[in-house]
Amino acid sequence: MSTQQTHREDLVASPSRFPLREAVLFTILLAAIVGVYTAMGAAYSTRMLVEASCYAILALGLTIQWGYAGQFNAGVMGFVALGGYCAMAFSMPVNGEFWASPLSGELGMVALMALGGVLVVVGASKLHRLGVPRPLRTGLAVALALLFYLLVSARLGVVTEQIEAQYDYIGGLGLPPWLGWIVGGAVAGLVGYFIGKVCLGLRSDYLAIATLGIAEIIKAVLKNADWLTRGTATVSPLPWPVPGPAEVGFTLARVFYFSITAVMIVAIFLLLSRAYHAPWGRMIRAIRDNEVSAAAMGKDINHRRLEIFVLGCILMGIGGAALGSFNSLFDPQGYLPLNHTFLVLVMVILGGPGNNLGTIFGAFAVYIIWVMSEPLALAVLDLAIAFGEGSFGWETSATLDSRALQARVFVIGLLISLVLRFAPKGLLPEKVKHHG
Amino acid sequence: MNELVFFINNVIVAGSVTGSIYAIGAVGVTLVFSIMRFAHFAHADMMTFGAFMVLLLTLAFPGAGAFLGLPTAVVMLPLAMVLTAGLAVGIDKVFYKPLRAHGVKPIVMVIASLGVTLMLQGLIRVFAGTSGENLYVDDRKEIFRLALPFESVRAPIVVTEPQIILFVLTIICIVGLHLFLSRSRLGKAMRAMSDNPDLARASGINNNLIVAVTWVIVGGLAAIAGTLLSLDVTFKPDLSFFLLLPIFAAAIVGGVGHPYGAIAGGFLVGFAETLAVFNWGVLLRPFRDSLPEWLANAGNLAFVGSEYKIVVPFFILVAILVWRPTGIFKGKVI
Repeated sequence: MSTQQTHREDLVASPSRFPLREAVLFTILLAAIVGVYTAMGAAYSTRMLVEASCYAILALGLTIQWGYAGQFNAGVMGFVALGGYCAMAFSMPVNGEFWASPLSGELGMVALMALGGVLVVVGASKLHRLGVPRPLRTGLAVALALLFYLLVSARLGVVTEQIEAQYDYIGGLGLPPWLGWIVGGAVAGLVGYFIGKVCLGLRSDYLAIATLGIAEIIKAVLKNADWLTRGTATVSPLPWPVPGPAEVGFTLARVFYFSITAVMIVAIFLLLSRAYHAPWGRMIRAIRDNEVSAAAMGKDINHRRLEIFVLGCILMGIGGAALGSFNSLFDPQGYLPLNHTFLVLVMVILGGPGNNLGTIFGAFAVYIIWVMSEPLALAVLDLAIAFGEGSFGWETSATLDSRALQARVFVIGLLISLVLRFAPKGLLPEKVKHHG
Repeated sequence: MNELVFFINNVIVAGSVTGSIYAIGAVGVTLVFSIMRFAHFAHADMMTFGAFMVLLLTLAFPGAGAFLGLPTAVVMLPLAMVLTAGLAVGIDKVFYKPLRAHGVKPIVMVIASLGVTLMLQGLIRVFAGTSGENLYVDDRKEIFRLALPFESVRAPIVVTEPQIILFVLTIICIVGLHLFLSRSRLGKAMRAMSDNPDLARASGINNNLIVAVTWVIVGGLAAIAGTLLSLDVTFKPDLSFFLLLPIFAAAIVGGVGHPYGAIAGGFLVGFAETLAVFNWGVLLRPFRDSLPEWLANAGNLAFVGSEYKIVVPFFILVAILVWRPTGIFKGKVI
């Protein structure tokens, strides 16, 4: 296997070298951004930059999972959606009518019932300490869990149906959006904790399967729980943490927003770089590169893996919340595996997994290409249709536009395959320093 | 008694249908896992591809089925299996083999298979559009109603023609696979390689040949599973992300790398899904008078709404990973 090679070029540190590759790539990126500004106008391009910066936060989350620790999270979308939901739930105005109605009390009762049920089931699962035989304890706990689940879900169904019929949805909390971002990160981290706890001790494939599943589940819940999220009816407009377009105009408002996300990226980047070069980062890399010897050195592998997986999920939650607030629209159906999982994956593996600068470069570069590919694909298609109709008398179907955009799915897949094959370390590979 | 018939229609029949589809899908996943040791995420899209090939062939030769008295889609299935098997071998040559030669970690292969998934999905959507299509182009779906010989029963047991074809094909697949793995030289070589690839190579088994044979079988099975799924409902190009979870759950429940386990796991997951979304209130209806009021008027007593169906395989997956990561039949690789 490749771990036993005697000489690896990327292992040799060269601190005095001028970062030529970085300079060239970022110059090209800057030129591309300037090009977009001149071609598409300031308001459009600034929006693109804000979205790209939110994606950069997601990509940083994935790069520490995949690049630092070799964990593959195939469900970025779920954590993004959770973050988006929290941003929505915290920042939307309070639905006073609902909270004044008796239904809010009933919802509280259901919550208490659920809490009580959880406590009883947890208690039942500890019964073996009182001398109850283990099979009996397990059976009892499962039966109690099923019973409480049925009771709570039946009660919840009744209450939520009334809420949907009378008050649309329960509304938000009317708090500042940034609070929702922080909580979004925390909730995403919590979900990540449970997934990681189950999967991280096993083969790495299982984590990919489980995260793929949890992402679809989170989306299904957000889509169908109308009382919580208005479901397919969508919620808008979400307030911004900065003056919105109505007050200062599109471009300026987006510039304000960009300044916030840029500060967040810089802060996250600095913290991550510091952690990477700290003993903690060295330990994480040691676990990634050789689990057995790291374990032999007394490192608690599963604990450290869980730590880094949760950290990545928190970043994804925060990035997703920032993205959700910026879109100013919470639409659960708008979360697609392609846009919110695989695009982020391409950003990370193309930019350089484990290299934060490379990841940020990858995020901006891929997002610009992604956004520009839409008008480009349609223009090429129009050209082809005009040519075809003019010279051969083609009959073109009406769905051709939407199909042409599906070609982007293919391109993303091809990109993943090509990068893995020809540039497995990305455009800006991780630089590992030798110590001693 | 009508309630019992309702139960048979909605749980026994529906559960065996989904169970068979998951079982055939999970066998493919588990074969790839046992020979190449990675979770093949593109399997669901290979299924879609197979169904899409059937759709194209059926559109091209709509009358072919009438000769044999079968739906055209079923007549075209062997051809689609060959095409999908060819695709699987080709994908392996172009995308997986170079990575294997580099000796990458299994998780990199997983990412590569996700890349393949997206490529297949993109291709299918570009050509087929994003809406659903019916595989019964010229034929009519026959529906068999079996009336029970009791006076009180009015509702018949309903089985459709594609469901009967599905049961027959599933049995053929399982028996065929069993004979292949236990009797034929190649099948034994496959099992040897899954046990210990180095030892298999040392005893003169051509690993490259086995890999190619595995892909042929996997592609063929994927085409069958995809076509059966599309025959039962409709052909949809974007099913794959919803299929992946139940299929992987089935493979892991049965013990990864264990074909018979995968079949059992497939039926387990399929029945669990249908049982979870079944409205148990229906079965209580005959005893309505003797039940306490809160239970009699409970309305929908399903465990989960059908919109949350995907929670079921996930829950099974988590439960098996927590309690018995090797699966019920003790898979070889964990």
